[in-house]
Amino acid sequence: MTAPAPIPPRNWPRIPAEDWAAALLAVDPGLGGICLTSRAGPLRENWLAAALALGTRGHARVPVGAGEDRLFGGLDLAATLASGRPVIASGLVEEVGTGTLVVPMAERLAPGIAARLGQAWDKGAGFAVIALNEATEDEPAPPRALLDRLAFYVTPEARAQRDSAAPLSAFTAEDIAGAMARLPDVSVPDALGEALVAAAARLGIGSARAALLALAATRAVAALRGHESAAQEDAELATALVLAPRATRLPDQEEDPVDPERSPPPDDTPPPEDAAEPPTREDTTPPEDLLLAAARAAIPPDMLAQLAARGALARRSGANAAGAGEDQKGSARGRPAGTRRGDPRSGARLDLVATLRTAAPWQPLRRKMAGVEDRVLVTPEDFRVRQYKQKREKVVIFVVDASGSAAMTRLAETKGAIELMLAEAYVRREQVALIAFRGTGAELLLPPTRSLVQAKRRLSGLPGGGGTPLSAGLGAALQLADQVRRRGQTPHLAVMTDGRANVSRDGAPGRAAAQEEAVATARAIRFAGIAALLIDTAPRPQQAAKDMASALGALYLPMPRVDAQALSSTLRAALNPTQGAA
Amino acid sequence: MTSQAFPFSAIVGQEEMKQALTLTAIDPTIGGVLVFGDRGTGKSTAVRSLAALLPQIAAVRGCPYNCRFDAPNPACPHCQQHPPEREETRATPVIDLPLGATEDRVVGALDLERALTRGEKAFEPGLLARAHRGFLYIDEVNLLEDHLVDLLLDVAASGENVVEREGLSVRHPAKFVIVGSGNPEEGELRPQLLDRFGLSVEVASPDNIKERIEVIRRRDAYERDTAAFMKKWRAADTRHRKKIIAARALIDTVETPDAVLEKTAELCIALGADGLRGELTLMRAARARAAFAGHGEVTLEDLRAVAALALRHRLRRDPLDEAGSTTRVARVVEQVLPE
Repeated sequence: MTAPAPIPPRNWPRIPAEDWAAALLAVDPGLGGICLTSRAGPLRENWLAAALALGTRGHARVPVGAGEDRLFGGLDLAATLASGRPVIASGLVEEVGTGTLVVPMAERLAPGIAARLGQAWDKGAGFAVIALNEATEDEPAPPRALLDRLAFYVTPEARAQRDSAAPLSAFTAEDIAGAMARLPDVSVPDALGEALVAAAARLGIGSARAALLALAATRAVAALRGHESAAQEDAELATALVLAPRATRLPDQEEDPVDPERSPPPDDTPPPEDAAEPPTREDTTPPEDLLLAAARAAIPPDMLAQLAARGALARRSGANAAGAGEDQKGSARGRPAGTRRGDPRSGARLDLVATLRTAAPWQPLRRKMAGVEDRVLVTPEDFRVRQYKQKREKVVIFVVDASGSAAMTRLAETKGAIELMLAEAYVRREQVALIAFRGTGAELLLPPTRSLVQAKRRLSGLPGGGGTPLSAGLGAALQLADQVRRRGQTPHLAVMTDGRANVSRDGAPGRAAAQEEAVATARAIRFAGIAALLIDTAPRPQQAAKDMASALGALYLPMPRVDAQALSSTLRAALNPTQGAA
Repeated sequence: MTSQAFPFSAIVGQEEMKQALTLTAIDPTIGGVLVFGDRGTGKSTAVRSLAALLPQIAAVRGCPYNCRFDAPNPACPHCQQHPPEREETRATPVIDLPLGATEDRVVGALDLERALTRGEKAFEPGLLARAHRGFLYIDEVNLLEDHLVDLLLDVAASGENVVEREGLSVRHPAKFVIVGSGNPEEGELRPQLLDRFGLSVEVASPDNIKERIEVIRRRDAYERDTAAFMKKWRAADTRHRKKIIAARALIDTVETPDAVLEKTAELCIALGADGLRGELTLMRAARARAAFAGHGEVTLEDLRAVAALALRHRLRRDPLDEAGSTTRVARVVEQVLPE
């Protein structure tokens, strides 16, 4: 660990992002951690084993569904009972010390726990996190309180199976040890640090943590590469690894936002390598622009297009994750509503602490009577069980026909109704989602949310016009309703259409086939037992809409002139009677 | 990484947040601060640095409820049993209410140890007791469980914590200032809780690159050599604390002219802010600002400077108004108090 050995020349660019991330985290746990998005499987496990082997400070795996007690410590009941005084058990966070916490199924992590992990970091706990995210594109991502503090978000590309025993591609334990020894002395030139901050700002990254993490990553890269003072290329790699996945917009440049020459060739090795060694470089280019070029190269081409099209909100680290916080919280398991006397055998959960509390004052007496000294005597009347309030949360899913000429008004008024409903949502504990269908398909414009701020942000500038793929819209609604149910919430559909489909789910035009398909999907919704409401938006009530409503098993409401106020109050009236049934 | 809080004076920009925390430190009756904003904008950094700015308080030695020596609470469970003997000074408590805290930990509960070992029924004070005469900080306040929110609202309103459980019957004073922070995108706050906060601040990342660079530079310096960084900023923090202490001494003598009171009422009416709480807070905040500047009289400038802080979270929501509440307050201030 002493004399920094010179780093042998190596083919740095060939190292994939996730391996860089693992090595950098081993060098500096202050980088917070890695969010690895990947399906479970041997590939992931091998990477994980290799990554953990690089770290020198130990690790622990957080059991899925671990409660706060397990993570942050709490009363150790066995020991408490044995010793007759409260014994506090340490939690994983304390046990792991400065090691690495592995969080499997990070997308299911409760936001409350994520927030407490963040608080532990703020208070100086030195652990790192490897979060394994298995969420797919349209599912909620891990809680933002956690993501924000992790330096690296990586999605490994499929590639030849890694040998679990082999060390990470290019890095050896000596590399890491050498880099750790060099790290405290690595300096970052002011201009480079400033360029990083400027690049973060131009990529639309608000959080100051991102820039700090990029700075720390630059330092770690330099330490690994044996640079005493961080070089431009170190900062470029850090930008590709830390800033690019957080980008919410493309830096404004004259050239075409999706520049095929700059995007990495699809068949080649993963993106960051291009970042590490940009093809040519003129000394006159300001460092900030070089960093931005590195960021661009690291953003996958499809996301570049998405960012360019939307001009806002990167899906991976953006509002999706924010919605996740809300969703997971939910009331899926009901909130604790105190404890009461009761029999734990009837399926209720015993509240041990409360039970002990009840038994405690009687101990001297009972011990005397039973003639024992060192045991806690609990009798059935001490039993206390936990009560949960099963208040189910409602999710109102708007399914809006955005086709044809009236689309714009319809969408605008629906947006108004959504905002009105959300403005009251804190009272009613409702979430709202919006699916619009037009052209050849349906799109989830607003994932279930309770946040007015988020709704406003996502609903500005809705597109409209084109054909009517009613069946695609209903299909998307069914899928979302299903997801919502699995979270323990109750979905309600509010379908706004004139009931006349003319595009099939595969995008093919043709009224008859499209209509048939739409009716079939509507029946599927009905069989799934999802409460629905159909709002006929045609100028005059349509038979097609009535038929669709009966296929859906939905309440039929003609509303030729949709307006936000009327819509939200109608929905309120129509939805509330069913509340008790949910 | 360290457990020493980042120095308050070293926070770059975020003037509004710093002002709100300073004002509430001068006059706790203003009623706390809510800091809302995106992640990574330094919300909790600022709140955690508040502790270093607060003057010490004098309390009955050994009393976990922070009773005053000259006037111990007659209902104080500690002082009833142990008559106050001596006084001691201690730091103003700034108590963290962790999200996962159980009701037991918050309100207090039966002391398990004494119950199990000695069979005594004794009360173990919770976080609310420790926060008495100080600050209660709730990070991610919008993620707090509903039943805890209800409980806090009740205690904050009555200034007293009443525990009736497990055969215990305890009441003790719990007057504290709630400081909360959170990210509005992750959930909104109930209006009842919003209203408890005297001042509210919306923070965002600075849009000016120079400032952002300075933020990163200082934070980086702090993390790399905390001791040196703290030393560098200690004098500035001390100066700030002395100014707060001076303002506290001055505040009772600060005059509030009728003209200012009239404008206060006018502002609140024009904004349709509910209840009288808005006016009271606005006036108190303006007075604290005047005291901090060492002035003997509140001016319209003070009022203008704190209007958004005191009022923006009290507006009735108008979801169809695209403008945020900050803009709405600014509009009205422009009308009522033209420069």
